[in-house]
Amino acid sequence: MHEIVTSGFLFPNEIEVHWSIMIVIYPYITGLVAGAFIVSSLYHVFGVKELKPIAKFSLVGAFCFLNFACTPLLFHLGHPERAFNIMFTPKFTSAMSGFGYIYSFYLVLVLLEIWFVFRPQIVSMALESTGLKKLFYWFLALGNYDLSEKTLAIDRKLILFLAAIGIPSACLLHGYVGFLFGSLKSNPWWSTPLMPVIFLMSAIVSGIAVLIICYWIVMKAKGMKPDNNCLKCLYKYLWGFFIVDLTLEMLEILTMYYEAHEEWHIISRMLTERLGFSYIILQMSICSVIPMILLGIVSLTNMKDSTRNTLGIFSSALILIQVLAMRWNVVIGGQLFSKSLRGLTTYNLPFFGREGLAMAVVLVALPFITMYVFNLILPVWQKEVPKAEG
Amino acid sequence: MNKDRRNFIKQTGWSILGGGLLISVFPLLPGSAHASKNKNHIFAFIVDIEKCIGCGKCVNACIKENSVPNDFYRTWVERYHILENGEVIVDSPDGGSDGFKPQEFKHKVEKAFFVPKLCNHCKKPNCVQVCPVVATYVSKEGVVLVDDKHCVGCSYCVQACPYGARFINPETRTADKCTWCYHRIKKGYKPACVLVCPTGARQFGRIDDPESPVHKTVKEKMLQILKPETGNEPMTMYLGLDKEVR
Repeated sequence: MHEIVTSGFLFPNEIEVHWSIMIVIYPYITGLVAGAFIVSSLYHVFGVKELKPIAKFSLVGAFCFLNFACTPLLFHLGHPERAFNIMFTPKFTSAMSGFGYIYSFYLVLVLLEIWFVFRPQIVSMALESTGLKKLFYWFLALGNYDLSEKTLAIDRKLILFLAAIGIPSACLLHGYVGFLFGSLKSNPWWSTPLMPVIFLMSAIVSGIAVLIICYWIVMKAKGMKPDNNCLKCLYKYLWGFFIVDLTLEMLEILTMYYEAHEEWHIISRMLTERLGFSYIILQMSICSVIPMILLGIVSLTNMKDSTRNTLGIFSSALILIQVLAMRWNVVIGGQLFSKSLRGLTTYNLPFFGREGLAMAVVLVALPFITMYVFNLILPVWQKEVPKAEG
Repeated sequence: MNKDRRNFIKQTGWSILGGGLLISVFPLLPGSAHASKNKNHIFAFIVDIEKCIGCGKCVNACIKENSVPNDFYRTWVERYHILENGEVIVDSPDGGSDGFKPQEFKHKVEKAFFVPKLCNHCKKPNCVQVCPVVATYVSKEGVVLVDDKHCVGCSYCVQACPYGARFINPETRTADKCTWCYHRIKKGYKPACVLVCPTGARQFGRIDDPESPVHKTVKEKMLQILKPETGNEPMTMYLGLDKEVR
């Protein structure tokens, strides 16, 4: 393990960075949930018909990410076996204590919506299969095989309702994650009212970007032709939300720079001496300027589908890196300078171990593996779903 | 019968809604975000900077008394050198536990002094506000404590403390900090650091006790606190605090 390099003065208890890469990927995965859900709602609630091919997948994506949103936290806790104390003995003045409730509420909501969206498919699979498989799908269908027009109409209403309350819930979930940081007045890098909004916007952006890439990969893997109208629409939304997201990020740093409170000297040192690559190069230059320009071109000009998709997917990949860099710069950056405002420390990311890079990669990969398994049980891309809404 | 049932459901619904609203509004009430409301903050800790000689006895006494793990500190001493060119050099090698070796600088030293630090046992503590499981709380005497049997080790309090007074104890994997030697003060003894301080730079006692040295200091002297802008209202106060100290 590398030695921690410090410069200037830090309070003696500040040498070690307490919130590790696990706390970086926690808002990252949570953000993907919120973004994917918003895409699904754009179709279900706002009737953006172009997004129909991806509406079902985005909901499944949201669900798969949501399953692992809490996992990094459990890996980080000193006592993960006490995690449920957050729900059993909550402290309502603590921003963190609400997470258990908000998370559970949202999980139930997404689960319900998925069930209603996939119900026709579950029923048809139950009817087609035999033996244990039939029993399994019967269980998934909760023993209800009713697919009459009247029932499906009720299902559609419920999907609309769940998707509608899901939007503020998704915003709440991720705005809240931003609030966890933004409400800490002890840390000038975190304590800004813009933090929850930036987290929310970057969540939406990362969710759209991950869906674009997944959709493209799945279509290629299945030898199917992606729906170019759908992708075109996603690029436009991605561009729009990214403009807002990046503007807010710029405004935040410009305000800090312009106001130049006493903490600015250490924050600017932190940005240049410790986060030169992840903040200046990745977050604010390469991974923001290039996708901003490319997505603008993609959205505003006519070009060959293949060219558009190459540029759009490349931009989406860059945006995913940008958002990850943003999470890193917020979470790790906020711990690299001393609260004495007189010194800087370093964060050495171990490769192995409970809070190491390898574990983080595994945790980020798990939702994708879950998507694959989900697709085995309930094929997401099945076209001929009888009377299915999705 | 049906009407009764409907009324019952209606009333239950309204009660749940009303109750829910009350619960959700409660944390928004002024001052209620801080658990120390209505607590009796009867103790104060006074640090007299001009008396501190940086010997580090207090740090060692604290480590021994509270079995503080290596490389972490419940209390520490900082040394400040303010040079004639305006530069401020601060250090605290090993928390000041072995005292301080003389340092040489290119520029003339205008001022030099030691600043003992510890938990501020705030009246409105951030750490208590953010603890998601009520493991960090304010005792009835106003001392901020941690229940290590209940703490989940999320480090939120460590992040929330503006003074760097908290850490995650690597042995218990829970939040740890100065308790003003709660086990001692409950019995009427002084905290270990106060007891061993050879110059009386650290004073501790009841504010309401006329016999306590703290009582007189609080009543008569001009005191400062660290980071007053946070609104935490620390009960650890300083005599002769320089503007450079944070």
